[in-house]
Amino acid sequence: MHHPGVSYEGKSVSRAARDPLWSRVFLIAGALVFLGVLLVLPLATVFVEALRKGLGAALETFANPDARYAIWLTLLVAGISVPLNLVFGLAASWAVTKHDFRGKSLLLTLIDLPFSVSPVISGLFLILVFGVNGWFGPMLNSLGLQIIFAVPGIVLATVFITFPFVARELIPAMESMGREEEQAAVILGASGWQILRRVTLPNVRWALLYGVLLCNARAMGEFGAVSVVSGHIRGETNTVPLHVEILYNEYNFVAAFAMASVLAILALLTLVAKTMLEWRIQRLQQQVVLERTRHRDPALVGPQP
Amino acid sequence: MSAAKNQKVLPGFGIALGYTVLYLSLIVLLPLSAAFVEAAKIGPSGFWEILMRPRVLAALKLSFGLSLAAALVNSVAGLLVAWVLTRYNFPGKKIIDAAIDLPFALPTAVAGISLTAVYAPRGWLGAPLAELGIKVAFAPLGIMIALMFVSLPFAVRTVQPVLENMDSELEEASATLGAGRWTTFRRVVLPVLMPSILTGFATSFARCVGEYGSVVFISGNMPMKTEIAPLFIVTQIEQYDLPGATAIAMIMLGVSFFFILFINLLQAWNSRRTGTTKA
Repeated sequence: MHHPGVSYEGKSVSRAARDPLWSRVFLIAGALVFLGVLLVLPLATVFVEALRKGLGAALETFANPDARYAIWLTLLVAGISVPLNLVFGLAASWAVTKHDFRGKSLLLTLIDLPFSVSPVISGLFLILVFGVNGWFGPMLNSLGLQIIFAVPGIVLATVFITFPFVARELIPAMESMGREEEQAAVILGASGWQILRRVTLPNVRWALLYGVLLCNARAMGEFGAVSVVSGHIRGETNTVPLHVEILYNEYNFVAAFAMASVLAILALLTLVAKTMLEWRIQRLQQQVVLERTRHRDPALVGPQP
Repeated sequence: MSAAKNQKVLPGFGIALGYTVLYLSLIVLLPLSAAFVEAAKIGPSGFWEILMRPRVLAALKLSFGLSLAAALVNSVAGLLVAWVLTRYNFPGKKIIDAAIDLPFALPTAVAGISLTAVYAPRGWLGAPLAELGIKVAFAPLGIMIALMFVSLPFAVRTVQPVLENMDSELEEASATLGAGRWTTFRRVVLPVLMPSILTGFATSFARCVGEYGSVVFISGNMPMKTEIAPLFIVTQIEQYDLPGATAIAMIMLGVSFFFILFINLLQAWNSRRTGTTKA
């Protein structure tokens, strides 16, 4: 089963057995065809198109200095944004889950806000603040600092888009572990930093890794927001997704799909790592999760045997 | 939560909350307030004038219409996929389950160019469909498929855990009382799933409305025909018409906000009616 222990093996089998064979086969086939056409076919196409003129032609893409610069810039941007959002995620989840204060739900709503803003619109927001005629643009320009159409703008856009990722994973993880262990550490005389490092972090390390993984995948792949603020200058403000677009619009399809396959491989690795982490987190927190669902939602879970 | 007795025990509250609020203000609130201030400068009549431009109306209609359509189709397909993944066993199920999140992991630009390659007039699926007279790429149907691709995980992942945690006793009772499988599904299973299906629908829709990267390649970007609202915003920015871009952005944010509010109200109504709680 998908979540061993959370769903009940025996009962699921008996439920499935009640559906006639033809309807089971029909539903499974329907779902598989749908997923095959919608998900698998486009993924396979990336690699097929990249290798259309052979492996050599595909690999030639990466000899181009602009392509190499794009890869370097993408690594740089992710290397700055992910740690920034990781530190924020730690601070936010510590404040929210280990303390009580007024306005907590407002804070949680604001943390999730970037998820509901279109990437293009978040790029526009940054232009309104840092653009040539924006709030701080002229002042920063006079200091010789350019944000929009430069690397800092790309970093800011990426930070905005990936803002909630780490916090979102850490908050439920810290919430579910409660406060007792930290309180015991305080009584034993541990400092705040010691508690975080020796008590809290070991307990939430998989959730933290999970958040970082998702944050990184999005940071390296972000297109809309970065596209708006980048200016698309080759060898200066072009990340890998933007370089894919440029190559594609020049009808250089092999190179575009070769660059795209780098991102597709990254996506596949992310999925594998994510799935393995999920299995591990499930094994560790099965008991906790089960307890919490029972308490929170008796109507859905029903009385326990 | 046992609030009172824990209140001042754990250290680091000031610095953690202070940093959180500072960082949040710099990264999120500052740009957001800039948008509100700039939007206020446009004024109601300015807003109305921008909204009534035929090209703006067409782009908004296209974006919201296709997002609704994609979210609707995905609600049904997502329910099917979640059902198959939780109720039946078949080879390769774990891999397929993991693959549902592919659209989260795959950058939208990559999805955009590969979907275009698949559905272009000479693509793997585009060619046979063109024979039948169905144009997908560079037409609204192509935009809808791209939107379905990016939002599918929302539709599946909201319903799946509810199906997993659902107790079989209700269904057994229904079967004992003589109901067929279809009646049981419609009258017993579906009402329990409804809140999560609505949540999935709302999040899919919100994601679709803002989507840019995967759509911009497959849509063909013809004004009045296949130009979605986010693309129109980009065009306005490139032409330095920031007030125009801001106005459309605020209209989109507003409509999305009211849509999500509406779904939440619908859910509250639904849970009162059926006695089930939110997933």
